[in-house]
Amino acid sequence: LALPTLSLADADDDKLVINGELEMVTKTAAPAHLDGALSEVISGWHFRDDDTQKMQMDDFDNAGMLGVEAAAEMWNAVDGSEGKSCASCHGEAESMKGVRAVYPKWNEAAGEVRTLEMQINDCRTTRMGAEELKYAGDEMTNMVGLISLQSRGMPVNVAIDGPAQATWEQGKELYYTRTGQLDLSCASCHEQNYGNMIRADHLSQGQINGFPAYRLKNAKLNGVHNRFKGCVRDTRAETYKEGSPEFIALELYVASRGNGLSVEGPSIRN
Amino acid sequence: MRLTTLTLAASLAAGAAFANPVAPADVVFTDDGAVEASLTGAPGNPEQGFKVFSDKKQGNCVACHNIEARTDLSFPGNVGPMLDGVGENRSVAELRGILTNSKNTFEGTVMPAYYKVDGFTRPGDDYTGKAPSGPLSPLLSAEQIEDVVAFLSTLK
Ligand code: HEC
Ligand code: HEC
Ligand code: HEC
Repeated sequence: LALPTLSLADADDDKLVINGELEMVTKTAAPAHLDGALSEVISGWHFRDDDTQKMQMDDFDNAGMLGVEAAAEMWNAVDGSEGKSCASCHGEAESMKGVRAVYPKWNEAAGEVRTLEMQINDCRTTRMGAEELKYAGDEMTNMVGLISLQSRGMPVNVAIDGPAQATWEQGKELYYTRTGQLDLSCASCHEQNYGNMIRADHLSQGQINGFPAYRLKNAKLNGVHNRFKGCVRDTRAETYKEGSPEFIALELYVASRGNGLSVEGPSIRN
Repeated sequence: MRLTTLTLAASLAAGAAFANPVAPADVVFTDDGAVEASLTGAPGNPEQGFKVFSDKKQGNCVACHNIEARTDLSFPGNVGPMLDGVGENRSVAELRGILTNSKNTFEGTVMPAYYKVDGFTRPGDDYTGKAPSGPLSPLLSAEQIEDVVAFLSTLK
């Protein structure tokens, strides 16, 4: 009796093909740095029910595309004291192909690991003379969605060595630190228990290759740090803030756990 | 010598029914992680215990545990083992210990400690994500723990 329940709860064997043509890598051998922890890495898509999965298979059904469209307008909109838009310097949004796959990334000039959000705000403030966007606000998350879409289907490939290594180590430490009165770490749920049910929730590996994710729960695109915050809160802990050094480090580390999976953003999740 | 200890224990147990519940810091564990003495000194109520077990806002034990014999549980999880028969396999003291602080029974377990108020990393104010405004309360009261222990003991 226990067996069928278990296999039901495991990641399924469905294939994710988008618009009938773009085949995604949703399961692959784990990157070397996960040796001993995981042998295979699996996209969160496999842990969702069929209806939710289907919404991601066709861009007409993917409600995350509404956010992407809003961002496409913003891409061309002049803002700030310099009279420029993103398009003034970067041309078509297609020029961002490959960018999502390698972020968070070390920025040599700034001497820091940058998330896409940080890079977007840097362009806005230093190059456009425009206001920063709220780190986890809709405009920012939609713009991250537009940029992620350009890399859809490419393998996540964030660098974890060289100058990024110290940040990566900090992220790893945070991943395995148990927090809150429930005393749970990311690993307690997403490494030790993926495939299991926690109440009505089917636990995935907590990968971020699908971000930003359109959640049926709040009907909009949600960024990585927003998700982290919710998960930390659910351990009855004091959370870190979106855009905090801790979440930036954690994002680099979690992204690296998905090295090899296809960039899926914008994905559909519940 | 032995007689005095026994009488002393007996009078303590009798007094405990009227005393305040044992504070989280004063709970005494055996080497195996069991807790012999009742936290309240009074017997628990198994019906109340079932409510605590299954209610999302109370113990929410169903988040991780199923009891196959209880078909009235909604969305039981399977992070923890099924608890059918646990009242047969575990003594009351063992069950009390597992509920109070399961890490003394199962090293490194993901099961939370339900009667513990310190030693956490970044504890928050309930599920708000904010820092706590005062000392933490245990996840369950002494009475709720005794009720759940009483309920689990009926699973034979
Ligand atoms: C005045 C020119 C200019 C404008 C306007 C501008 N950018 Fe940039 N952007 C750059 C330059 C130059 C770089 C490379 C900077 C670097 O590597 O430090 C860059 C880098 C980036 C990158 C990182 C690319 C990579 O390969 O790492 C992203 C993402 C980006 N910009 C997004 C945007 C968005 C979104 C906007 C509009 C909100 C925008 N930029 C507006 C000049 C601009
Ligand atoms: C108490 C259990 C629990 C803990 C601890 C936890 N999560 Fe989650 N997490 C969930 C649940 C439940 C979901 C929703 C179902 C799923 O995708 O796994 C989720 C979803 C996610 C997702 C979305 C995955 C996707 O494909 O959409 C990410 C990313 C994530 N968690 C990261 C983390 C990180 C990082 C930590 C630690 C800071 C963490 N989680 C801690 C329970 C947990
Ligand atoms: C986050 C998951 C989780 C929650 C919530 C949880 N448990 Fe557990 N529980 C476990 C796991 C996992 C084990 C197995 C011990 C181990 O090896 O880690 C366990 C073991 C037990 C056992 C021992 C079973 C045996 O066969 O000896 C009992 C009894 C128990 N839990 C009762 C409860 C009660 C009562 C609650 C709520 C007040 C609860 N648990 C909440 C995960 C959980």
